Amino acid sequence: MADAAVPAREGGGAPGDAGPGTDASDSKAAGDQPRGPGAGALLGWLFLLPALVVLAVLVAYPIVWSLVRSLYGADGWSDFTGLHNYKELFTDDDTFTALKNNLIWVLVVPAVVTALGLVFAVLTERVRFATAFKLILFMPMAVSMLAAGIIFRLVYDHDPDKGVANAVVVGVHDAFSEGAPYPGARPRGNAGFDAAGGGFVTKAATPAGGTALLPLVALTADKVPSDAQPAPLAPPAPGAGVSGVVWLDFSPGNAGTPGQVDRGEKGLPGVKIEAVRGGHTVGSATTRADGSFTLPASATKGGPVQLRLAESNFATSFGGYDWLGPSLITPAIIGAYVWMWAGFAMVLIAAGLAAIPRDALEAARVDGATEWQVFRRVTVPLLAPVLAVVMVTLVINVLKVFDLVYIVSLGSSQKEANVLALQMYLASFGGGNNQGLGSAIGIVLFLLVLPAMLFNIRRFRRENR
Amino acid sequence: MRRFVGAVAAASLLAVGLTACSDDNDKGSNTPSSAASGQGSGQQLPSLKGQTVSVAAVWTGDEQAAFKKVLAEFEKRTGAKTEFVPTGDSASAFLGTRVAGGNPPDVAILAQPGVLKQFAQQGWIKPLSDDVKNTVQQNFSPQWQTLASYQDKLYGVYYKGANKSLIWYNAKVYDTAGAKESATWDDLLKNAALISDSGTPPFAIGGADGWVLTDWFENIYLSQAGPAMYDKLAKHQIPWTDPTVAKALEVLGQVWSRNDWLPGGSGGALQTEFPASVTQAFGDPAKAGMVPGADFIGTNIIKSTKAKIGTDAKFFGFPAVDNGKAPVVTGGDVAVAMKDSAGAQALLNFLASPDAAKIWAEQGGYISPNKNLDPAAYHDDATRKIAANLIAAGDDFRFDMSDQAPAAFGGTKGEGEWRDLQDFLRKPDDIPGAQAKLEADAAKAFQGS
Repeated sequence: MADAAVPAREGGGAPGDAGPGTDASDSKAAGDQPRGPGAGALLGWLFLLPALVVLAVLVAYPIVWSLVRSLYGADGWSDFTGLHNYKELFTDDDTFTALKNNLIWVLVVPAVVTALGLVFAVLTERVRFATAFKLILFMPMAVSMLAAGIIFRLVYDHDPDKGVANAVVVGVHDAFSEGAPYPGARPRGNAGFDAAGGGFVTKAATPAGGTALLPLVALTADKVPSDAQPAPLAPPAPGAGVSGVVWLDFSPGNAGTPGQVDRGEKGLPGVKIEAVRGGHTVGSATTRADGSFTLPASATKGGPVQLRLAESNFATSFGGYDWLGPSLITPAIIGAYVWMWAGFAMVLIAAGLAAIPRDALEAARVDGATEWQVFRRVTVPLLAPVLAVVMVTLVINVLKVFDLVYIVSLGSSQKEANVLALQMYLASFGGGNNQGLGSAIGIVLFLLVLPAMLFNIRRFRRENR
Repeated sequence: MRRFVGAVAAASLLAVGLTACSDDNDKGSNTPSSAASGQGSGQQLPSLKGQTVSVAAVWTGDEQAAFKKVLAEFEKRTGAKTEFVPTGDSASAFLGTRVAGGNPPDVAILAQPGVLKQFAQQGWIKPLSDDVKNTVQQNFSPQWQTLASYQDKLYGVYYKGANKSLIWYNAKVYDTAGAKESATWDDLLKNAALISDSGTPPFAIGGADGWVLTDWFENIYLSQAGPAMYDKLAKHQIPWTDPTVAKALEVLGQVWSRNDWLPGGSGGALQTEFPASVTQAFGDPAKAGMVPGADFIGTNIIKSTKAKIGTDAKFFGFPAVDNGKAPVVTGGDVAVAMKDSAGAQALLNFLASPDAAKIWAEQGGYISPNKNLDPAAYHDDATRKIAANLIAAGDDFRFDMSDQAPAAFGGTKGEGEWRDLQDFLRKPDDIPGAQAKLEADAAKAFQGS
């Protein structure tokens, strides 16, 4: 982009146009009058020739070639399809997703990055060790996209033991809500129980003076609390209420008899048991260290009760978010991109900030403006040209984003993360090998970048005047 | 990608094998020449003094070193010189440029049957001479010959095989749960339930890598629908909307729909890459009980976990589904002649012999489709068992289906069958939807080829 812009701003035509040569040599010839116009023009052309050749070979030719190629199908030059590729581009689901994602990227990233850069730049002006701070913020720019992609693949790992993002989310979540004591535990094959909203209810009702055995499985031995006692072989005397025992009905090697307390099987302390009758909770108890519990007589006064093991005992622990899953993948990658580019925006804006005349700020302060007003009414307007440069540069960069998306997304979410540059590669070389479609996407991408480029070129020319 | 994983994995298994048996190696390189004349196939190799035979293959590192021992034996027997040319990851592109430059190697070793067909169609490879054909017919089951043929002409020798129908399990998890190896799918489900009851999710699935899922499907489909249907589906002669596919997806759903059977549920599986799934099952603490997949899982176990194969990590063949036979899905590397030279045919003849297979087998990290190779030659019991499983399948094994399909369908990240099965893992209830997507993608990809 930069190499195309430099020669173009000298002239004024589109990149690769023969125009720049004449314009530039004319102005040069006008500049140094002494020589004859013919010789000057010739010399100008001579100096321009290498640049023109390079430009033609590396910029103009590929653009024209892509344009022509985009009119042919997958099989090459024998397969003229006219505008079919462009039609496919806008009707194909994958490409459409890519287009949509590109739009999200362009709307979100430049704004967020510029805003963050502005905040950092203004704040670092006021802290000590500003240079160190800036250096650290700028550091991600020194990391290659590939390395950043690999880093963020790890950051977003699903397993909280590996991925920082989920480790933080899970840590915060667990700090505010205590996890269930026995996540994932359940009755064996749900025998004798009905599932009830994450918990379980016994099918049979237990009358007053009855006992209940509530066996649970799907817990590894190390998840049983260390203070758990072996379960009693028979439940304690119920008295006028109901008694029972909740225990881990799985001994190593599946040696025990299912549904029966075997020697050595441990009780599960701290399980909340509720007595239910006709949909109403009529009593509750918590299991003791050996897993036994006794419901008071008041619970069974009105007849037999069903026993409910509430969901709060078993709710599976919060495992974090699927950062790399289809729904979060684009925001996740955008996060990584912002991490990389915020430093870039900060450095450019800080440079602009340093160039703002101090007297304007001082004058505003003397006039009694608050710091916010100074920022809002003086700093930002004076910085506007720099902010525009940063934004436009980012728009161009964001439209071309490829590597980060390709590396961070998994096979199972690549489609949802797709952007045009990636789709261009996939269509051309990723199995389908349809370089016609790939060329068409390339041309569309070029057209999308063009307004931003023209804006930059015009601005450069204005500044040069 | 998958080939790359396999190659890396196999290379590292070999690394372990090599250090463990360096004294066997000496024996190995001494015996063949003396033993060959006695017990060998009575093979007559021509004298090729002064000639050079070049061989291009993807192998690097330990695999390359092992194969060079095979070439050394060939040199000893014929007097020819050999030259090993590494092709890099993209073998077909590399060979294409060599052909275009008028300088193909004498022999090339290819990893996909599709590439062999493509090369044969373009006339880049030469049919086997009658001599070599005889050797191949003696030593390989007809199915391997079919795989190496194009339009009824035999072009290649399957020198190296891979067995993708294994279930690797964590012996400690199995013992704790009281689970046993299974010969049928129903029994596998029962044992999986038992493992789940013991508190460990039974299956680790590297669902972020699409080829892991296609291997699951292929094993189930081959066993349930049978080899004949498998061949038709592989060639897209029947559509993916066929009822047999629906049945196989239903069977898949019996595992894939059980969120409590997969560590982290299906969402977790879809974000787990293949190497991580192996660590889930064989790391400490174990987060899963077993990983179905290929022989090279063994090398991942050695490389990234502390589990010992044979004691901590064991395996059994993929169980039979419904009334079918237990499936054997394979991969393999086929050697072809790219020049009409006596040296090329002689080398192929040698590679088709049990003697050549024996040299690499003794070094480990290798299984041979050669049915006349004495199983005693294998470096360790695990490899011997994997190879036995492959040979026992006779003609009922089938080559990996996704590797036979056009790359856009069977071999591209985020596309085709890979992606469609990932979607199915996410939503295992929607069988017709998955079939429709598979068929649409298959139709598009096969139309181009």
